[in-house]
Amino acid sequence: MLAETLRAKQREREILLMTHIVMGYPSFDDSLRVVEAMVEAGVEIMELQIPFSEPIADGPVILHANQRSLQAGSSVERCLAFGEEVAKRFDIPFLLMSYYNILFKYGVDAFAKRMAEAGLVGAIVPDLPPEEADEYLAAMAAHDLAPVFILSPSTTDERMARITRVTKGLVYCVARKGVTGQDTSFSDDLDSYLARCRAATDLPLALGFGVKDRADVDFLRGRADLAVIGTQTIRVVEEQGVEGVKPFIEGLRPPLSA
Amino acid sequence: MPEPGYYGQFGGSFIPEILVATFEELVQAFEQAKADPEFWNTYLKLMGSYSCRPTPLTYAENLTRHFGGARIYIKREDLNHTGAHKANNVMGQGLLVKRMGKGRVIAETGAGQHGVATATMAAKFGFDCTIYMGEIDVQRQRPNVFWMERLGATVIPVTEGTRTLKDAINEAFRDWVSAMDDTHYVLGTACGPHPFPEMVTWFQSIIGLEARRQVLEETGQLPARIYACVGGGSNAMGIFSGFLDDDVELVGVEAGGRGLETGAHAARLASSDASLGVAQGYKTFFLQDDDGQMKETHSVAAGLDYVGVSPILSHLKETGRVRFSAATDTEVVDALSLTIRKEGLIPALESAHGFVQAFKEAPTLSHDDVIIINQSGRGDKDIFTVADAFEDPGWKQFIRDKAKEYDAR
Ligand SMILES: Cc1ncc(COP(=O)(O)O)c(C=O)c1O
Repeated sequence: MLAETLRAKQREREILLMTHIVMGYPSFDDSLRVVEAMVEAGVEIMELQIPFSEPIADGPVILHANQRSLQAGSSVERCLAFGEEVAKRFDIPFLLMSYYNILFKYGVDAFAKRMAEAGLVGAIVPDLPPEEADEYLAAMAAHDLAPVFILSPSTTDERMARITRVTKGLVYCVARKGVTGQDTSFSDDLDSYLARCRAATDLPLALGFGVKDRADVDFLRGRADLAVIGTQTIRVVEEQGVEGVKPFIEGLRPPLSA
Repeated sequence: MPEPGYYGQFGGSFIPEILVATFEELVQAFEQAKADPEFWNTYLKLMGSYSCRPTPLTYAENLTRHFGGARIYIKREDLNHTGAHKANNVMGQGLLVKRMGKGRVIAETGAGQHGVATATMAAKFGFDCTIYMGEIDVQRQRPNVFWMERLGATVIPVTEGTRTLKDAINEAFRDWVSAMDDTHYVLGTACGPHPFPEMVTWFQSIIGLEARRQVLEETGQLPARIYACVGGGSNAMGIFSGFLDDDVELVGVEAGGRGLETGAHAARLASSDASLGVAQGYKTFFLQDDDGQMKETHSVAAGLDYVGVSPILSHLKETGRVRFSAATDTEVVDALSLTIRKEGLIPALESAHGFVQAFKEAPTLSHDDVIIINQSGRGDKDIFTVADAFEDPGWKQFIRDKAKEYDAR
């Protein structure tokens, strides 16, 4: 379902944008305004991160946003309610992103059920490899949600096949080693990696980690299906306020008419 | 067939995809080392020539008389080079790093003992070394920071989160995912994703192997009980693993902090405050809230101030093989004081937790019984904390004078 939605959108746009926010940072009001600005700027799909106290796969910018959101008192329930609100209000698909403990403590099946009720379409859980995911996969399937797994440049072809077999909706391809927020060199090295990902699956490929400007997105055109903008939008909000979001996103791709 | 890396329902390997290949390499290197008797022999030789092994088992005659019950023996891990059992794990992993051909090591540290041990190993083996340490622990354990830096390590204070051990572990993982090609993460305790709990326990099992042989030689009998403090669980697993199949009661002692009822503690297994969770790459009991966010913990001993605990110990608690209790900060300082006076031994604040419970139980046992306390480390590193706890006037004056001296320059 999600994959088809994305493919349909690709008939208008060669490269789609998936953006990321940490819910409740700097506040839930601001989060809502950021989502609104992103949707207006033409983002095709969003990841909503539920903050966790131990986000080991995230770099300093997103880590800091996690901490601040928690300090401001955001709870899992509040985040799910926020997800429900934006999923009702805006006509794009929303994924949840969080670490496994958040789902585990909630009860994996109860969490999936709640996601489905909220109108969210799937989830990304970066510290849950497929080997540990039996319960999660069953719950996601039972509630018709897309479990999005991650590939990395060090993932072998054999393992890519295994991971993409259980992935639904889209595949998240991490561009490089390291955590979120560091620079990625968009060069031919990426080419062979993305070609390997492509060979492993028919699902849309989202490339994330370090995508920050028009040049990066241009590079990905024809190589990936979605460019993931994570840390950079948080930086934009921190530096320019919510007002900066729309022009930033719009500047990442040529206008639709072109 | 249990899955590899699982102990009952605990353990596992919850890691980001980017690290999967690195863990596969590590598991393979560890399995090869385990299967190769030469590796363990090299390890024993190294520990004998570099770190004072076998460490003695000391009869605490005065404490025994004082409590008038069981005969108290103390396993002297404080006599390891760098002053704690941490050296056992670190030198073992160092040998493994050499096998894997990597040139850089990183580590987290709480008390600083594991950091100093890792920096020492790196100096000896010629590795680059970076140590992550919570900002609060940097303040608590400044002398260890000094030594790590002298040993050539870069010490990075961690300013996010609760600024203690768990946050240092997170930062070490963040470093590792960027640099795993040439870097090994020397995790300091029997926690984290597979194979760390098993691997750290394997290296630390040298404590239990020696202690079992020594206590039989010395007393002709097995101990009735063994006491060990539990932070992540490595010294406890080390000594316990020598006696798992014996009729010996094993007692783990966690940080009771300001008292279990205050919530300011780090008792994951001895209190009912912890619940099952998944963080830092493994499944175990964590001190967390209903949402699954990790809580702040407290202990006078930085090395016990941690939200999670070895999945192997969680399992041994569930099966009833190990009993757990907690010691408060105040009890710990009292036990430390008594041990120094009676035996001339200076246990680390961490180790002193084990002494507290042993002292409570020794009088209830008979003189025919033997008990062993694992003195995981020496207390010199804690001089600032201990001097504060004792309100030592001479020490305070010394610090004031020293500060004046620096200011005058
Ligand atoms: C002397 C000493 N004992 C005990 C510990 C606790 O660790 P573990 O439970 O892994 O033995 C530490 C940790 O830093 C330590 O320095």
